[in-house]
Amino acid sequence: MNVTRGFTGRPRADHPGLPPGQYDAGDDWPVLSAEVTPDLTPADWSFRIDGLVERPCTWDWEQARALPASAYDGAIHCVTSWSKFGVRFGGVSLDAFFDVAQPHGSATHAIAYSHTGYTTNLPLADLTGGRAWIAWEYDGAPLAPEHGGPARLLVPHLYFWKSAKWIAGITLLDHDEPGFWERNGYHGRGNPWEEQRYSGD
Amino acid sequence: MTETAAFTPPTRFAVPGRIAVSGQTAARWRTATLTEIRRETARAATFRFAVPHWAGHLPGQHLMLRLTAPDGYAAQRHYSIASAPDDAGHLELTLDHVPDGEVSGWFHTVARPGDTVQVRGPLSGFFAWPGDRPALLLGAGSGVVPLMSMVRHHRARGLSVPLRMLVSARSPEELIYARELGAETTAVFTRSAPGGAPVGRVASAHVAALLAEQPPGGWEAYVCGSNGFAEHASRLLVAAGQPVERIRIERFG
Ligand SMILES: Cc1cc2nc3c(=O)[nH]c(=O)nc-3n(C[C@H](O)[C@H](O)[C@H](O)COP(=O)(O)OP(=O)(O)OC[C@H]3O[C@@H](n4cnc5c(N)ncnc54)[C@H](O)[C@@H]3O)c2cc1C
Repeated sequence: MNVTRGFTGRPRADHPGLPPGQYDAGDDWPVLSAEVTPDLTPADWSFRIDGLVERPCTWDWEQARALPASAYDGAIHCVTSWSKFGVRFGGVSLDAFFDVAQPHGSATHAIAYSHTGYTTNLPLADLTGGRAWIAWEYDGAPLAPEHGGPARLLVPHLYFWKSAKWIAGITLLDHDEPGFWERNGYHGRGNPWEEQRYSGD
Repeated sequence: MTETAAFTPPTRFAVPGRIAVSGQTAARWRTATLTEIRRETARAATFRFAVPHWAGHLPGQHLMLRLTAPDGYAAQRHYSIASAPDDAGHLELTLDHVPDGEVSGWFHTVARPGDTVQVRGPLSGFFAWPGDRPALLLGAGSGVVPLMSMVRHHRARGLSVPLRMLVSARSPEELIYARELGAETTAVFTRSAPGGAPVGRVASAHVAALLAEQPPGGWEAYVCGSNGFAEHASRLLVAAGQPVERIRIERFG
């Protein structure tokens, strides 16, 4: 261990939900995105699932909102090392979309892409089983544009760069393909509990 | 395999990363020894480190820095690299003293030459500028740090590719690197300005003036600062006609 002379850290409550290397950002919700925040209204927004599925489908805002509502209550973790507790997102479970699109048995990975062209890759298993959402509400209010509104992907058990803002679609593949940050040195999966920050971790 | 072609999203910001980052070098924590502290402003100082076996970096890249307490608790934060890349074995960071800041507070009140911290990187090739394309740099506060690495690189290499910088600070006293800024830079002051100069935010007129002088091939724009500044400056750029896929943003959180 490389102890830093004179560094004790801030007084802290041991938070069992805090993955290694993370700190509690409290009420702050930092914004980190590499591109210009798009002017995207619900009327412009759509969400598509294609690739290795039985029925490639596109939902517009009204159609997506008509699916059964599903909320996430819990924590989110950003690779830049802040975590945020007690967040509440409202939206629809991705399972509801997959029930319609019907992934092929051969599909193993997904690439999520945004209306801006941002991409990120995920194992399909991280998107199913009630662990991923399309979210449009935060704390009971519409999701702010700089946080990905009108709608973003939400995969809270992985570092937050996997939760693509301004989500436009998910393409299912039978192999893994790196997305935007993954081509820029970030980890393929991004599990905060294993500190999978950068490729090679 | 049913599909071998790389996936391309159907939209404009599909810019590839500039630089492929080596996972090998970025994965390793290295010990950095503080060799010098230089005050920049009342709130900001530059910390120079010796980092043996550092793989080098490109202007605009950042690193992850870690401080460890005796009980094993570690705090890690991202910092942009301020120095130009030619400085083998050394690098410089410039830190704002954030009120109650856990990491910046240690640097500004405890750190002295000889202390060691750990760093890994360089990280993210997306905001990097190797000196190839005309660069338009917009920064505010400590957002000038990665941009200064680009300016220093431009000077150190004697590059002729056009480079212009627009920086915003509260006052001349808070303008980081003031002594070093040259003809490439326009400074905008939001609270107080020297003798009669206007006071106000970066505005469309500033951006329009820079976009009016389009170099061949157009500008590659780099915006860095707080999220509020990044939103404001990037919107001004878009409104002035800069293509969205040629705007790269580094938000400090
Ligand atoms: C890519 C990137 C590059 C960056 N480059 C630079 C750079 O070049 N220079 C630079 O100065 N910064 C840079 N930053 C910002 C930097 O990473 C840190 O966020 C900054 O230094 C603050 O860290 P800190 O530990 O000092 O403050 P923190 O302890 O993180 O505090 C930040 C704020 O939150 C408040 N706070 C947080 N937790 C608590 C708590 N428990 N109790 C009370 N208050 C609390 C603090 O009062 C303070 O206002 C960069 C960020 C990114 C993402």
